[in-house]
Amino acid sequence: MTVLTSAKLLTGGEAVAHAMRQVNPDVVPVYPITPQTPIIETFAKLAAAGLADAEIVNVESEHSAMSAAVGAALAGARTMTATSSQGLALMAEVVYIAASMRAPVVMAVGNRALSGPINIHCDHSDAMLVRDSGCVQLFAQDAQEAYDLMVMAPRIAERGDVLLPVLVGLDGFTVTHLAEPVELLPDEAVREFVGEYSIPHSLLGGDVTTHGPFAMPDSYFELKVGQARALDCALHAFAEVAHEFAELSGRKLGVLDAYRLEDAGRAIVLLGSTAGTVKDVVDELRAQEEEVGVLAIRSFRPFPRGEIRAALEWLDEAAVLDRALSPGAFAPLYAEIAAATYNTDLHLRSHVYGLGGRDLLPEHIRAVFAGTAPDFPGLRWDA
Amino acid sequence: MGRLKTLVRNEAGTPPLAGGHSLCQGCGVPLVVRVVLDSITTPKVVINATGCLEVATTRYPTTAWNVPWLHVAFENAAAAASGVESAYRALRKQGRLADELTFVVFAGDGGTYDIGLQALSGALERGHRFVFVCYDNEAYMNTGIQRSGATPFGASTTTSPAGLESFGKAQQRKDMTAIAVAHHIPYVAQAAGSFWHDLSVKVEQAAAASGPAFLNVLSDCPLGWGHDAKLGPEVGRLAVETRFWPLYDVVDGAYRLTHDVPKPRPVAEWLRPQARFAHLFRDGGERLVAEIQRRVDDDWSSLVARCAAQR
Repeated sequence: MTVLTSAKLLTGGEAVAHAMRQVNPDVVPVYPITPQTPIIETFAKLAAAGLADAEIVNVESEHSAMSAAVGAALAGARTMTATSSQGLALMAEVVYIAASMRAPVVMAVGNRALSGPINIHCDHSDAMLVRDSGCVQLFAQDAQEAYDLMVMAPRIAERGDVLLPVLVGLDGFTVTHLAEPVELLPDEAVREFVGEYSIPHSLLGGDVTTHGPFAMPDSYFELKVGQARALDCALHAFAEVAHEFAELSGRKLGVLDAYRLEDAGRAIVLLGSTAGTVKDVVDELRAQEEEVGVLAIRSFRPFPRGEIRAALEWLDEAAVLDRALSPGAFAPLYAEIAAATYNTDLHLRSHVYGLGGRDLLPEHIRAVFAGTAPDFPGLRWDA
Repeated sequence: MGRLKTLVRNEAGTPPLAGGHSLCQGCGVPLVVRVVLDSITTPKVVINATGCLEVATTRYPTTAWNVPWLHVAFENAAAAASGVESAYRALRKQGRLADELTFVVFAGDGGTYDIGLQALSGALERGHRFVFVCYDNEAYMNTGIQRSGATPFGASTTTSPAGLESFGKAQQRKDMTAIAVAHHIPYVAQAAGSFWHDLSVKVEQAAAASGPAFLNVLSDCPLGWGHDAKLGPEVGRLAVETRFWPLYDVVDGAYRLTHDVPKPRPVAEWLRPQARFAHLFRDGGERLVAEIQRRVDDDWSSLVARCAAQR
């Protein structure tokens, strides 16, 4: 058992706020929304106590939060913010623009169901809304990962070959509000790890620059392809930053988290905090000699399709658990896993679970592994 | 004419907005932009809402701007400017930026009165120090002359066309200048591109203000208003001389007429050269022109009362 020497009991939201305090961004535009609000409240409290220097901009909407974030980041200031659900939906227009303008904003997303009906609880439909925005999208499994990814995020976002927003997803309530022991790095170590903020041609850097011109058919295509290539670069960036972070913290985070997968025949593939419950069930089934494992995806964008294929292609069976619907089509993660493992012998199944905060219990996971979860949890399609 | 000399001097060499852009012949907007930027002595940073000005000056990979310039979207120029100005304050506080800069936001009436109103209101309430310039040409001109909250009563636009059953826009325009005043910001002014001297003085005051400043600047659109391109300044003058568009400012809440119009011309003289009002001069239009005149008179009286109350 690991002995946590410097662990504090923190909720995921508080852990994110402490990561922000230690990164010490220059500008933090904020707008409240459940279940993200504890992040900005905690950060505001830390700043009010003189523990962070940021200019906190209390904007009048999430649309303005991301707009101000783009302005600040391109002006030459390290910028972080947080949102959830409807807030992400409202700012979605500007999330796309932030990526296209190559603004390295870091944003925590307390994942929550989208209206309607209105529901404040966890699912991943908000994240899926912006999956094609061109931002890096990471999913944390617990408060510790949320903290770690928020410390790593500025480094990934600000790399010269990436320069893109990074969205760190943490499941609403399950992670944002649940107190867990979280190991914080020393403040100076984080400051040194993230370094000085510097982007090329910042608006206030003395260059005469034109940011955000309009593009006609003769250039739009190339600009979008360039942006997509930058997102691809984030895979390598993640690996490099994770390597340095591991040296600093002793915690090694990959773009994937494969748990007891090396000798498994069957696996569950998923995003976010449910991985913890699935790992518990895997341990229990392993004790009964069942060859089961988990593949949790940390980097949803860029999607590490090669690594996913390598991790899954030799399995007999995998069930993809999606916490979002794509009405009229396959569930989003399932569709991507199916594409990544195309032309292998892997038998894939798709389950949608946990919409609007519906609990997924160990017995449901056991049923998924047993192949006896035809209509529950949620919906199921056989490929 | 010291001010003219200053403006000319500031235009010489590297003008902030260079020629070669694709704004229409006779468009009032570049005149407003140049008077505004040439009247500010510090280095400037421009934040621009989506609209004619942005589209006509920044076709990738070209730009007409010789000052740092940022465009994010249509409705959020004030929010983007909030971020830039906050970054500026953060960097100054940390000693990472030495220059004193002035932030100027340009947005059309759509990006100010309508879709941009929420972001603008939020930014004014928060007190970001920038000069927000609405170039008000009274409709969505960039998308082809659709009515906006700034379009005057009776104007024919492509979404409020005059016809057998319609006399054009049936509603009054918003009083955007009053909305800005209601935010208790240090400086608000109404100006017109056709009165460049008055505009330039107001810009100077706006840039020196201790907080946000808002300038609502009437700017002609030959295409949307339907007048000869060469008549732009003349039409703009008529708007002021008929009292349709009073020139005034509000300093820390105190109203002041900056250009009195003791002998106003009838409002019909402002309406007549513009094709968007042509239907008002056909049979049955007299009633509408009289209605417009009555409202112009009422608005003027109420403005004069506000100015007098503070003497």
